[in-house]
Amino acid sequence: MSDTLRNTLLFALVFGLIIVSGFFQGWNNAMFILNMGLISAIMSLGVNLQWGFAGLFNVGVMGFVALGGLAAVLIGMPATPGAFGAGGWGVIGALVLGVATILAAVLAYRGMSPGRARSLAIMAILIFGFFVFRGLLDPSVEAIEAVNPAATGYLGGLNPGTDETYRDNGWIMLIAWPVGGLFAAGAAWLIGKAALGLRSDYLAIATLGIAEIIIAMLKNEDWLTRGVKNVVGIPRPVPYELDLQNSAAFVDRAASLGFDPVEGSTIFVKILYALLFAAVLLIIFWLSHRALHSPWGRMLRAIRDNEVAAEAMGKDVTKRHLQVFILGSAVCGIAGAMMTTLDSQLTPGTYQPLRFTFLIWVMVIVGGSGNNLGAILGGFLIWFLWVQVEPIGLFLMDIITAGMAEDSPLKAHLIESAAQMRLMTMGLIMILVLRFSPRGLIPEK
Amino acid sequence: MEFLNAIVALANYVLIPGIAYGSQLALGALGVTLVYGILRFSNFAHGDTMAFGTMIVILLTWALQSTGFNLGPLPTALVALPLGILGCILLVLLTDRLVYRFYREQKAKPVILVIVSMGVMFVMNGIVRFIIGPDDQSFADGERFIISARDFKTLTGLEEGLGIRTTQLITVVTAIVVVALLFWFLNKTRAGKSMRAYSDNEDLALLSGINPERVVMITWIIVAALATIAGTLYGLDKSFKPFTYFQLLLPIFASAVVGGIGNPLGAIAGGFVIAFSEVTITYAWKKVLGYLMPESLEPSGLVQLMSTDYKFAVSFVILLIVLLFKPTGLFKGQSTT
Repeated sequence: MSDTLRNTLLFALVFGLIIVSGFFQGWNNAMFILNMGLISAIMSLGVNLQWGFAGLFNVGVMGFVALGGLAAVLIGMPATPGAFGAGGWGVIGALVLGVATILAAVLAYRGMSPGRARSLAIMAILIFGFFVFRGLLDPSVEAIEAVNPAATGYLGGLNPGTDETYRDNGWIMLIAWPVGGLFAAGAAWLIGKAALGLRSDYLAIATLGIAEIIIAMLKNEDWLTRGVKNVVGIPRPVPYELDLQNSAAFVDRAASLGFDPVEGSTIFVKILYALLFAAVLLIIFWLSHRALHSPWGRMLRAIRDNEVAAEAMGKDVTKRHLQVFILGSAVCGIAGAMMTTLDSQLTPGTYQPLRFTFLIWVMVIVGGSGNNLGAILGGFLIWFLWVQVEPIGLFLMDIITAGMAEDSPLKAHLIESAAQMRLMTMGLIMILVLRFSPRGLIPEK
Repeated sequence: MEFLNAIVALANYVLIPGIAYGSQLALGALGVTLVYGILRFSNFAHGDTMAFGTMIVILLTWALQSTGFNLGPLPTALVALPLGILGCILLVLLTDRLVYRFYREQKAKPVILVIVSMGVMFVMNGIVRFIIGPDDQSFADGERFIISARDFKTLTGLEEGLGIRTTQLITVVTAIVVVALLFWFLNKTRAGKSMRAYSDNEDLALLSGINPERVVMITWIIVAALATIAGTLYGLDKSFKPFTYFQLLLPIFASAVVGGIGNPLGAIAGGFVIAFSEVTITYAWKKVLGYLMPESLEPSGLVQLMSTDYKFAVSFVILLIVLLFKPTGLFKGQSTT
């Protein structure tokens, strides 16, 4: 069987599964799986760029995805009236001061000769800078958070509309997506600068840490993200279901196709989303496909396969690693912004590493690391399984416990725990694939 | 008087919690560092190994409690601990047999083993959540305080109270005993010496006739014991929740790396460095400073450097600083490049 045929069959199988789920669980549900599958595929393309191309081990995917979500808020939401005046300049000033402090410390580190004097000078700069930074930041933050705390209490975003009209500017979300990529790229640059020269395990630990810090910031810096109070009602680049249901033309069209207007409108909106997401996926896929087969991609793979030899040939390993690390993280950031757009809310509490870092890794490993098509296939397949394992687990538990007495505590426990089957199944899939088919479903050529 | 009050407040809110947390981190980091030294990979499943061992201890504790058994002032969990360790050893050895051994024989790159350990982490996390559920579980019983803040106040007549929880004392005592045993084992016994030899230079150790599979097995047994003890102590002192144990991975890794990964002494030092940095940076110093400073200079704010939610950030920043300036850690660990 030729590779093309095999790959086509694999993709047909996955989309077949989604279509079958549409027949059994409703089309709305199937479209949800498809949309999140598209976003997952983009995330796994990003991780594949880092791991598959360059052998970089990034376990901070969650942080980059969350930064994308932050971009969706900062671009999509309208500015809170009065908030910027209350403390906006103070916050900006404090942040500038913070950066200046770090720069001063770096300059002192570079400029002075090593010794106790240098250590003391750096300590003094950092401690003094920190207190001035907090002295300026804290009152401004308080002022911002005091502005209508129940509804806003944060700076808001760049949407030109007001509270009533901002939803009309849904197109602005299309700008938020690349901005999410930029945010993630910035964070990746910082972390890459610090950790890329070290052994791969350390990059893993460093990225694990930065993801946790980003989430902690999203949860606690209320002036920026409203924290755990969540930002809801982020505008969307597609029409709203209610507007569609109120439009006579749409209702007639739906009726002529045999759809109930409510169901028809939800599915129509999801189809529009799917088209947008698919377009982004295709662009990123095309770009990474070209990158993989360019001299740059070949150089990356050469570095991955034998770093010492590549270095001896005059390749700048650290620089290439930094490049590809930034690019891969940016792709994750774009996907994160898209996901927040689809949910139309930012809920920092829901970002969990098991879901947004390790699951993406399962996608890349199962799909086939080093192969872009494989990463996409893995994204769809593993996302489909992630959604379906729970009902399947429940179904299995129902069968296993069928013979038990109705009031048996074991039965109740087994059925209640079925929801926890997900993690175990994903872990088993990952271990089995790594053991018996380490190159994944669509191996690298 | 003011000065004494300041010291008591400091002990109550910073020193005692810091020492207890540091001991727990040190035990966790010892496990990570041993795996790194002998098996040469960062074990992402360590937090969940801790959770698994603790879960067995909890289930046995509940069973003992339901029979009416208790240790009086001490927590019942101490009786269940040895069996918990045994259960954890079985799981870990089974994992090694089914999963890790294959890659060892293949001489796979360390990073592959790290990814495999991610898979193991998923499975262990799933098992724990499947059996005991994702929620908080309480299993501490016995006396809560050795001395409560109120008793301390009436005893000394000071304004500040000092409370020492039983679990904090047990944590520290157990940690000292365990660490002493471990170092005795590593330095004095034949098996321990062969482990160190294997960690220092694998080829040389193989040449001198050390059986690698045996070294690996002993390592896993020790790691499982350390993980169960660390997890149980943490659970008794704070609370048991599977997700919290997964999150402990970051401070534990940070401790191991800060101390110098692969170096047991470093792991202990790293544990305390991380614990005290977390506690001091997220502690509101207003009270202590209030006692020490003249009234006119007393701070008006909380004098808290960072909110407690940023404790991960603290461990991470220290980790980064150490990696940047001293890539082998405070004590000389294995190379990081």
